[in-house]
Amino acid sequence: MNPLPDHVHPAVASPSGFFRRYVFSTDHKVIGLQYYFLALAAVTIGIVLSLLMRVHLAWPQAHWPLVTGGTLRPEQYLALMTMHGTIMVFFVLTTAPLGAFGNYFLPIQIGAPDMAFPRINMLSFWFTLAAFLCMLAAFAVPGGAPISGWTAYPPLSGLGSVTGPGEGMGQTMWIVSIGIFCIASLLASINFITTTIEMRAPGMNLTRMPLTVWAWFVTAVMSLLSFGALLAALIMLVLDRSAGTSFFTPAGLVVNGELQSGYSGGWPLLWEHLFWFFGHPEVYIAILPGMGVTSHVISNFSRKPVFGYRAMAATLCAIGILGFLLWGHHMFVSGMNPYSSLAFSALTLSIGVPSAVKTFNWLGTMWGGKIQFDTPMLFSIGFVSFFVTGGLSGIFLAQPALDNLLHATYYVVAHFHLVMGVAAIFGIFSATYYWFPKMFGRMMDETLGKLHFWLTFVGAYCIFMPMHFMGIYGGIRRYADWTGATYLAALQPLHLFATIAALVTAAAQLIFFYNFVSSLTRGEKAAENPWRATTLEWSTASPPPVDNFAGAFPTVYRGPYEYSVPGAPQDFTPQHLPPELAGVSEGATHA
Amino acid sequence: MHESEVADRTGLTLGENGRGGRGGWFSGGGRDGNAGRSRTPERAYITGIVIALGAVAMFFAALVSAAVVRRGSPSGDWQPLRGASTVWPILALNTMVLLASSFTLSHSRLRARSGDDAGFRRWWIVTSALGAIFLAGQLFAWRQIVGAGLYLATNPSSSFFYLLTAAHGAHVAAGIVALLVIACRPARRMARRTAIEVTSVYWHAMGAIWIFLFLFLFFGGRS
Repeated sequence: MNPLPDHVHPAVASPSGFFRRYVFSTDHKVIGLQYYFLALAAVTIGIVLSLLMRVHLAWPQAHWPLVTGGTLRPEQYLALMTMHGTIMVFFVLTTAPLGAFGNYFLPIQIGAPDMAFPRINMLSFWFTLAAFLCMLAAFAVPGGAPISGWTAYPPLSGLGSVTGPGEGMGQTMWIVSIGIFCIASLLASINFITTTIEMRAPGMNLTRMPLTVWAWFVTAVMSLLSFGALLAALIMLVLDRSAGTSFFTPAGLVVNGELQSGYSGGWPLLWEHLFWFFGHPEVYIAILPGMGVTSHVISNFSRKPVFGYRAMAATLCAIGILGFLLWGHHMFVSGMNPYSSLAFSALTLSIGVPSAVKTFNWLGTMWGGKIQFDTPMLFSIGFVSFFVTGGLSGIFLAQPALDNLLHATYYVVAHFHLVMGVAAIFGIFSATYYWFPKMFGRMMDETLGKLHFWLTFVGAYCIFMPMHFMGIYGGIRRYADWTGATYLAALQPLHLFATIAALVTAAAQLIFFYNFVSSLTRGEKAAENPWRATTLEWSTASPPPVDNFAGAFPTVYRGPYEYSVPGAPQDFTPQHLPPELAGVSEGATHA
Repeated sequence: MHESEVADRTGLTLGENGRGGRGGWFSGGGRDGNAGRSRTPERAYITGIVIALGAVAMFFAALVSAAVVRRGSPSGDWQPLRGASTVWPILALNTMVLLASSFTLSHSRLRARSGDDAGFRRWWIVTSALGAIFLAGQLFAWRQIVGAGLYLATNPSSSFFYLLTAAHGAHVAAGIVALLVIACRPARRMARRTAIEVTSVYWHAMGAIWIFLFLFLFFGGRS
């Protein structure tokens, strides 16, 4: 943390020289794109890792090239699982929605020239990149990548290589990487919060902020309050591993026939509490920006104000607060006091209320609207679909009695992938198709976009819906191979189906990559406001100039979603349009 | 927290870029007029450090609550920090030193605001020195604990003692670096005034956190 004021201010002229301009830039737009491309690289690696796991599950005895012994060993499967989860959660679902889109669009949407602390912003990105490289390096160290999952539960993660090949150097790299990531996220969230509080344009009340800004703001607050706790836990884990302390490592532990001496009776449950105190807010850190984008896009493409704007902002805050009070629902089977399970269960169910308010308001926004099914809109509707599907299974898992049965099964895999994985990814896709014209000055191809949407939408359901049945049937997760368990043989056709669906869905992403790359150079030139939208990012050039508004900083006169205002000359009234030009009085509708 | 309260409490005069009056969260956005809108308002740095301290507070809250939970863990291996009775008077003395540094810092800040640059520097350096004395005192306390045969891994109580004091010490060390950097800055720079305010908020917060940690260690670590 740098307590000193850094008096760097972006010059209005863009800095000369390739490195200052595109690499070590303090421009929030360049940093946003850097985060975006980092997340694209990470998601590609994450998908490849998941495909390797799926192929192994469908054909457990398959002969693998480049693997010694021919078949995949269980510890190699666990390493794939650990790295898939870690890369996806931290470097995709945390990086893209907040780091990439938040960075690029939060300052523009509130009418600011940049983030409050541009140099700290640059530092956040470079820390994130360093963390990512450190994580990837875990593949290359002796013993390979860690095998303790993205949650790194001790004592598996606390003892070193005696618990598995990746638990030596690989686990150390994991801890260092996530530690750096924590610092990067803390710096970034300080910047987001300060920018939202201090850098808003005149007239930009809180009740005039786009719901995307609300979502990024609440996300940043959650990230500010949760990553510090994870950092503290990581430091204790490092000390257990290297200094012989007993924060988490119990006494008298026998691992692989070897007594682990010197530990005085640590408590693995303590790690679980600390980790999930971070880990559960992290789930909302991944999904809240997607909720913001979905509200924004659905209003835009329904040509209607967001139904219940204040309720939408209030439920974002409610989810942000409740998100800190229900971490224990990840720990129903941990041996925690059953009475606390009851409390966590009740709190978990209560988050269904704001979630349902959001869902009904999305439907209410579309109701009676002149809906345009452009690709961003399709992905936002897909977001709502996956959020509901994944959320419903959450109601079952929130009951401790049911969770005891389902916790270690594919039911949970289906649940969290649909609600936080796929839904959040659909939010990222929606944001990409929606803001691509603003970021790069060209439109993406609509036909390819729609093809990409339908293949991904159907494909993702085909991958994860069967897992509900597998889970209820008793299909245990995290196991590399259960061919020894005869009762699970009946699940093999479902695994084969899910694997084929995963391969097809992954192939469909090539359409997205092709569309992205070819649109960069060959896409139709985008106008300033191709979606006929109301918020400030559409009031400036595509892509925006260095100070975002070329010196003509906007004043805000109305709420963010004034679509189809009665009496207005056109069906959208931009936020920055003075009343005398807009044809409607200031703040005519209040969503 | 109400941002204008922050500004009032910290005594920061709003510059031309600050929002005039007591404009609140709901009464209107950002900055006045177009003048200087490409700049971050001075007040944003105060807001930033207050928010950063929220993260610091969560970090220490996690460590302290971990200590509470670990102490009550079912293995019952927690041993009070006995045999190092001399450490508590030393820590009490260190607490006084850090507390005194907050007073000298306030005085220094007042000197700077009344334009007395020499007075500002004198008391600012005294503050930095008191910070350094505090750190030296903490190291001396460690020596006492080591002398009593209590190392990092001896018992969870000693582990948390070292962990909490080291984590706090690192934050104080960062504060001393900030103090020294500002001491070298020329007086007339607008940036220095903001830097003084930001560092003051941070330094007082480190004092408050230490008082909490000291009481926690004293009442939680001995028995």
